[in-house]
Amino acid sequence: MRVSLKWLSEYVDLRLPPEDLAARLTMAGLAVDAIVRAGGDWGDDIRVAHVTAIDPHPNADRLRLASVDAGSGETHRVVCGAPNLAVGQKIAFATVGAQVRDGHSGKPSVLKPAVIRGVESAGMVLSEYELGLSDDHEGILVLPAHAAVGTPLSALLGDTIFELSVTPNRADWLSVLGIAREIAALTGETVREPSTEYAQDGPPIKGRCSVDIKAPDLCRRYIATVITGIKLGPSPEWMQERLIALGQRPINNVVDITNYVMLEIGQPLHAFDYDQVAGHHITVRRGGDGEAFTTLDNVARTLTSDMLVIADESGTVALAGVIGGLESEVTDKTVNILLEAATFMGSNVRRAGAALKVRSEASSRFEKGLPSELPAVASKRATKLLVELCGGTAAAGVVDVYPSKARETRVEVTRQRIAQVLGIDPPTAKVRSVLTGLGFSARWVPPDRYVIRVPYWRPDVRIDDDIAEEVARVIGYDEIPALPLAGAIPAPIVQPLRELRERARDVLAEAGMREVISYSMTTMEALTRVLPKEYLAIYPPYRLVNPITADHEFLRPTLRANLLMTLASNVRYEKGEIAIFETARTYERPDERLPQSGRPFGEEALPVEREVVGGIISGRRFDRWGRPGDESVDFFDAKAYVEALLRGLGASAEFVAVQEFALAPGRTAELRVGDTRVGVLGQVHPDVAASFEVEQDAFLFEIVLDDLLPLVSAQRKASSVSRFPAVEQDLALIVDADTAAGALRRMIESTALVREARVFDVYSGDQVLAGKKSVAFAVTYQSDDHTLTDDEVGKALRKLLERLRREFGAELRGG
Amino acid sequence: MANETILRLRDDAMIALRDATDQRGLDEWRVEYLGRKGRLTGVLRGLADLSIDDRKELGAASNALKLELEAAFDARSEELRRASVAASIETGKIDVTLPSRPHRRGGLHPVTQLLREVLEVFRSMGFSIVEGPEVELDYYNFEALRIPADHPARDMWDTMWVDHDIDGKRPMLLRTHTSPAQIRMMEQHAPPIRVAVPGRAYRFEATDTTHEWMMTQIEILAIDEGITLAHLKGTLLELMRRLFGRDRQVRLQCSYFPFVEPGAEVAMDCYVCSGKGCATCHQSGWIEMGGAGMVHPEILENMGIDSKKYTGFAAGMGLERLAMNYFGVPDIRYFYQNDLRLLQQF
Repeated sequence: MRVSLKWLSEYVDLRLPPEDLAARLTMAGLAVDAIVRAGGDWGDDIRVAHVTAIDPHPNADRLRLASVDAGSGETHRVVCGAPNLAVGQKIAFATVGAQVRDGHSGKPSVLKPAVIRGVESAGMVLSEYELGLSDDHEGILVLPAHAAVGTPLSALLGDTIFELSVTPNRADWLSVLGIAREIAALTGETVREPSTEYAQDGPPIKGRCSVDIKAPDLCRRYIATVITGIKLGPSPEWMQERLIALGQRPINNVVDITNYVMLEIGQPLHAFDYDQVAGHHITVRRGGDGEAFTTLDNVARTLTSDMLVIADESGTVALAGVIGGLESEVTDKTVNILLEAATFMGSNVRRAGAALKVRSEASSRFEKGLPSELPAVASKRATKLLVELCGGTAAAGVVDVYPSKARETRVEVTRQRIAQVLGIDPPTAKVRSVLTGLGFSARWVPPDRYVIRVPYWRPDVRIDDDIAEEVARVIGYDEIPALPLAGAIPAPIVQPLRELRERARDVLAEAGMREVISYSMTTMEALTRVLPKEYLAIYPPYRLVNPITADHEFLRPTLRANLLMTLASNVRYEKGEIAIFETARTYERPDERLPQSGRPFGEEALPVEREVVGGIISGRRFDRWGRPGDESVDFFDAKAYVEALLRGLGASAEFVAVQEFALAPGRTAELRVGDTRVGVLGQVHPDVAASFEVEQDAFLFEIVLDDLLPLVSAQRKASSVSRFPAVEQDLALIVDADTAAGALRRMIESTALVREARVFDVYSGDQVLAGKKSVAFAVTYQSDDHTLTDDEVGKALRKLLERLRREFGAELRGG
Repeated sequence: MANETILRLRDDAMIALRDATDQRGLDEWRVEYLGRKGRLTGVLRGLADLSIDDRKELGAASNALKLELEAAFDARSEELRRASVAASIETGKIDVTLPSRPHRRGGLHPVTQLLREVLEVFRSMGFSIVEGPEVELDYYNFEALRIPADHPARDMWDTMWVDHDIDGKRPMLLRTHTSPAQIRMMEQHAPPIRVAVPGRAYRFEATDTTHEWMMTQIEILAIDEGITLAHLKGTLLELMRRLFGRDRQVRLQCSYFPFVEPGAEVAMDCYVCSGKGCATCHQSGWIEMGGAGMVHPEILENMGIDSKKYTGFAAGMGLERLAMNYFGVPDIRYFYQNDLRLLQQF
C-alpha cells in the first residue's frame, strides 16, 4: 500500500516529520518500508509540458520525435520510445541537468544531452519510473489535461509517499482513512472523516432497481445506488493526482471515483452501466458449474458453483469482489450508473481469485474480510462524488439488502490479564486513553475490568489479548522491560537420534571431513543413476507439485546424488583430497511392513524421514608440502573415516563385501552391526561417477542413523590393562585369495590368550601358489593374571592353526 | 714404590680420560682402568707380594684412587654428554618457519556452527532441543496455527506442496517454518514447556542475496505460569548479547502472525554502528532477526492448556540471515553452494 502524506493530511494533522512518523507507525505494526519524496529531487528542471507534434524517427522504427512545449517559448525536440505518447498530451518533461532515475541502473542520475540514433534529443519525456513514482516503465506518465504548461512538476505532484507493508489482519490500513485513524491514535490527533452527505434529488430508488441475495453465506450485505445523467469524462485534476500518487492510473471520472473511494475508505465498489443491467435487477448467487463469462479484461473464463457472481436477468455481469464483466462495464456511452457496495466473504473471494488467477485491488481487500458496515459509508461517499463531480442525479434512498446485521463486538479484559500477557501494568487512565484514541469505547468497571466496544473497522479485535496488543503497541513495545525467564526448568526432553547425529557430525569433523549442507531435493534422473530401478518403483520418491526448479523436483531418499554433485563442483579446483559429509533427512514411502511405532514422527501419512549421514572421499593425498601428491586416496582412506565414525558413536561394525547398485563390484562393503545393515561403503562405479562429471576415483559411504541407534552402546566400559608382559608373534598364513582377512582376524582374536591380531602384510605373487595369498598378522598374547610361558603360547598357537586350517584351509607360510 | 705405581697409574688414567672423546672411548677407558681385569685391579692383585704395611698403605691409596677415577669418569661422561647434546642441537637446527606437515582439517558447516552456539545459549536457559518432521501436514503447518485454508495470511508463507493425495486432498507440504513444532510439543507435553526447535524449512521463493528457498530455522517455545512479553524480550536479548556482544539491544515492534497475540518482529541494534545507521543495517540502525509473540490463547485452549493459567511465548528466526551477520558472509546463497573454498574458512 502506498499512501500520500498530502492526502492523509486532509483527515489528520501531521505534526511529526515524515521520518519520525514512519518510525512510530512501524513500531506500532504498520511497517513503512520506504519513504519516497515524490518531487523532492525534481527541482525546476522537470516541468509540465505539452506535446505539440510527433514525427517519425528517421533511423529507428520504434522511436519517435516529439515536439514539446514546456512553457519557455521554445520547442524542444526529443527522442521518445514510449508507445503511449500522443499529440496533445500533458507530460512531465525534463530538460538537460534534471535529476532523474536512470532507466537501466535505477540510480539517480543527471540528464545529459544525448544523440539517439543520430538525432539530438534535448531533454526527456519521463515515465513514472524515471520520476521515482513507481516501478512502472511501460510508458510515459500522462498528466491531467488541466495541468498548466510550465508548472514545475513538484508543484503538481510533489508529495511524500510512504510505502507500507500492511499485515493481513489490518484491511483497514488498506485505506487512507484507516491510516489517518492510526496516526491520530499514535499522535493524539483527531480524525476528520470525509463528508458523505449528498443531495438525493432523483426519484425514489424503489422500482428502479432491486437486489436479491441468493447466497447470504457469501454475501452479507449488498447496497445498490442509482445515479442518473452523469457526464463521463476525465476526473478532476486533484483526484487524478491522488490516484497517480497511490499508483492507480486515472481512467474516467466514474471509474476514478470508485477507485478513489476504495483507496480513501477501503471498501471496493463496482459501477455498472445501469442500462446494461437487464431488468435492473441484481441477483447475488453462486455461479453455474462450467458457466462461461467474459471479464472486463476481455478474457473468457469458466466459472464454478464455488464462485459468487453478480447476475442480472440475462446472466452473470460480474464476479463478486474479483472482477467485473465486459458487457456491463462503464463506457463512453454510459449515462446512468448502478453503484454496488457489498460485503463478500473473504475466503470465497480469495478462492475464486486464486482459481481464476485474478488478483485485483478489490479482491485483495475483500480477502482480508471487510466489515459489513463499510459499504454504507463508501456508497454514500461515492454517490456524493458522482453527483458532485460527474453532474449526476442520485436516486432518493438506496437498496440495502442486509439479511443479518452485524453485531457490535464487545470485549472484556481485566487489568490483571493485560499485565499477565505484557509484563507491565499500565494505569487504567492510560489504557482508556489509548483505546479511545483508537476509536474503541472503553469503560472501566471496578474493581478489575474494562468493558470495550470495538469500532466496526477493527474486525481483527475479538478477544482480551487483542486489547492487550492494542495497548502495548500504542504505548510502545519499547516500554516493556526485558526479563530473564524465571520458574523451574521443565524436565528435559531428549531425542537420542538427534544426539547421535550431532555426535556423528563432531566425530567426522574431527576425523578430518568437511560438513556440507545441500538441498533436500534432486531430480529423478539423478536418482536413477544412484538407486536401483526396482527400489524407485517400489518406493517412488515424493514429487513436489511446485518445485523451485526442475533440479529440485523430488525429495531425496538418499544423499548419494547430492554428494556426487557437490564433489563434482569442487574437483574442478581441488585436486587434493576432498573429504566431505552431510547429515540430513531422507524421505521415503512408509514401508507397510514397518510397525507404526517405528516411524519417527508417528504420522501414518507422512513420509518416513530418516537421519542419514553420507560422505564422499576423492582426490590425491597431500604430500609433505600440502600439494596433491602422486597417490590417489583409496577405499581404506574412506574406511578410516567410517571406522572413526562408528568408534566415535560407540558401535563396532563388520565390513562385509557386497554388491551394491552404483558402487564398484569388489570394492564395496556393507556395514553390519550384528545382523543389521546400517550402511554401505564403496567406490562409486566409475561410470556413475563419470555421469556426475567426476572423472576420478570416489569413495562413498551412507549410514542410516535410525538403524544404528538401537545398536550403539550408550555406556563405554573400560577393560583392565594387564600388568603381565605380552608376547608378540608374527603369523603368516597362506589362504585362498578370496578369504577375507577380517574373518581370519576374528578367528585369531577369538582364541584364548590372544589379545589382538593386526594385519601387517598381504602378499600374492611368485612366492605363493596361484589362487592363494599370504596374510601376515602380528599376534599379541597376554594374560590378565600371570606371565605367559612359551609352552602356553605354543599350545594356543597350535590350537589356533588347527582351527584356521579347518575353517579356512589356512597353512602357516614357510611352515 | 707403591705410591709411585699409584701416582703413575693416576696420571695415565687422567690423561687417557681426557683423550676419550666419545662413548666408545669412555667405555674402553673404563675397561682399561676400572674393569675387572683393569689396571687398578692389577695393582690390587700385586698386593699379595707386599709387606703388611705396604699392603695397607697401597690398599688405601688404590681405593682412594678408585673413588677418584670413578668421580673423574662421571664428570667426563657428563661433560661429553653435554657436548654431544650441544653439538646435535647445533647440527639439528631447523627452519621453524617451514610449513607444518599437512593434516586433514575437517570442520562443521558455518550454519551448523552458529546453530550450535544458538542452541547452547538456549540450553543454558533451560530449553530442551527437539526436532520435528520437515514434510508436514497442512494441519500442523497452518491450520492448527490459526491459518485456515483461504486465509490471507497464507500469503506470508509461499509453500511447496508434495504431490501426494490423501482422501482427495493434498495436505502434505514442506514446512514453511519450524512453528509446527509448537503444536507438536503442546500435543505431547503439558506445561511447563521450554523447547528450542531447529530444522530445515522451505519456501517457494525466488532467491537473491538475502533470500534462500531452503533455510535453517530455530523456533523457541516457552509455556508456563507467569510468562509475559517481557520474558520473550529478555530471552531474545540474552541470545543476541551472547552472539553479538553484551551491549546489544533488542527491539520488538508490533507485527502480525496468526498464532501469536501480541505479535512482534524482532530486531537487534546494529552491531557495526550500534544503531547509528551504516551499510550493514541499510542505514536503519537495526537488523531484523525474526518473528515472535505470545502464544495465541486459542491455540493453548485447542491444545488443552488452560490459557487463563498458562501463558507462553514463541519466536522463530532464520539461521542463515543470522550467520550472514555473524560471519560476514555477503550472499545468503553461498551457504548451500558448498564451495569448499568458502566452507574451509570456518
